[in-house]
Amino acid sequence: MPAADLLSSQGLRLDGRRANELRRIRCKLGVFTQPDGSAYLEQGNTKVLAAVYGPHQASKSKSSSDGVVVNCQYSMATFSTGERKNRPRGDRKSQEISLHLRQALTAAIKTELYPRSQIDIYVEVLQADGGTFCAGVNAATLALIDAGIPLRAYVCACSASMAWGARPQPLVDVPHVEEAAGGVVLTVASLPNTGSTALLEMSHKLHMDYFKMVFSSAVQGCRDIEVILDRAVRDHLAEGWTEQDTVTV
Amino acid sequence: MMAGNVSIRLASERVNPSVYSGAVLPRFYTPGEVISGMKDYMRGHGTYAEDDCLKASVAGVMQKVNKLICIRPLKNRYVGEIGDVVVGRVLEVQQRRWKIDTNSRLDSVLQLSSVNLPGGELRRRSVEDEQMMRQLLQEGDLISAEVQNVFSDGSLSLHTRSLKYGKLKQGILLKVFPSLIKRRKNHFHNLPCGISVIIGNNGYIWISPNVQDVTVQEQKDEIANSDLQPVNQTDRETMARIRNCIAALVTSKMMLDDTSITYAYEESLKYESVKSLLDPEAMLDVAFLTQHRIKEMTQE
Repeated sequence: MPAADLLSSQGLRLDGRRANELRRIRCKLGVFTQPDGSAYLEQGNTKVLAAVYGPHQASKSKSSSDGVVVNCQYSMATFSTGERKNRPRGDRKSQEISLHLRQALTAAIKTELYPRSQIDIYVEVLQADGGTFCAGVNAATLALIDAGIPLRAYVCACSASMAWGARPQPLVDVPHVEEAAGGVVLTVASLPNTGSTALLEMSHKLHMDYFKMVFSSAVQGCRDIEVILDRAVRDHLAEGWTEQDTVTV
Repeated sequence: MMAGNVSIRLASERVNPSVYSGAVLPRFYTPGEVISGMKDYMRGHGTYAEDDCLKASVAGVMQKVNKLICIRPLKNRYVGEIGDVVVGRVLEVQQRRWKIDTNSRLDSVLQLSSVNLPGGELRRRSVEDEQMMRQLLQEGDLISAEVQNVFSDGSLSLHTRSLKYGKLKQGILLKVFPSLIKRRKNHFHNLPCGISVIIGNNGYIWISPNVQDVTVQEQKDEIANSDLQPVNQTDRETMARIRNCIAALVTSKMMLDDTSITYAYEESLKYESVKSLLDPEAMLDVAFLTQHRIKEMTQE
């Protein structure tokens, strides 16, 4: 069991947040001109870039007539962590995260609309301070919206942990220090609008009695993130909107 | 050694390229947002039905035609319509057809039977023609074409059966978002500055030195030779200037047609060097002046 001091006696965490508070999220859509859609997202000190290409013609081997093929690639920059390390693409960890990204995003994309097409999503972590997968999902959602790809709803991801003080309490949006303390980390990707869960992953063992508590706090985190993303999208629309968009043909 | 001017600025000092101001914002919809109850309306592009509700699936502005509701995103891939002029790149040479990249969701098709053979003769396409296909159009070649047909899956079939379409030789290709292209009767323009542009509906814009009328069949050989002649420096500079002007209009999200490009070109002439038009302030200035002139013109 990890150290009990993840939460101080005043109810503050190591970085000064309360247990149910998210880190500051700042984001921007349309940061590149070359891809069809792109987004930059900061979640505390975690900084992520996402780029979306497509839908375009799928390569013959991948092409499927039932729906669009979603292709994800997650990579971390050499300088993203404290220790400088050259990470070849396709190492086991990033391959796994790519798969998870794909699962979370396909749950939201209306894949049946574009048979024989393919969507490529590239997520690059510029600075990693815990919750890189969550930040990657959130950035990819924004990039997909920027590319004008039809989605069922926003897909948001959030992590949650547990503080074992006098009274066990769930902690939302886990940074690197809390991850490194060795506690349980539950990652949830969900579509808050429809209330469905797209992906669930847990790093350690957790007693059943506490699971519900941690899960609901992570889902609440997703809901909060959705509000922030929605505001960012509306700001982007207000900025990029032109009068000809409203003209009815 | 050449001393270059390098300008690196902070992200916080970025120039806001928007030239619109004061307009009332329309109602925006975002993915998953409920538009209305299902029974009153029909669902169009950018919407879907769930739980007896009509929901938006993209972020954008609503367009309503009678009972049909569509949500139009700010940008998406090119959706072709019959009769559109497009500029595309040859991706693949296949049996009796070429695969063309036109910035749409699926690759477009150019059938051997829908191109003009050299010399302009009309006849059945023989096996020899099939073997000559790569001499006509090679992988990587740029063409201008018209959309002949839209298949049920949304892919396009093109044709180049007119002398104004066909292979593009010397010039600049510029890619912009297709939503910024204004639909016009004519998409081939010879600008007064001696440069011709093809504003493809698919967002690919071709800028090339002015071509003489190619209607005369006898001159075919001569024209083929003239394609490889070097373009003089003034023409090249003008082409670069036009390219930068279009880039300026695009960053300010202004619609592109011959009028806006000509105006932007004229306004840009106060900047002596073409290079200085890449400066964000200069781009905004050109776009703003162009916007002003267009507004003045529409008021008259």
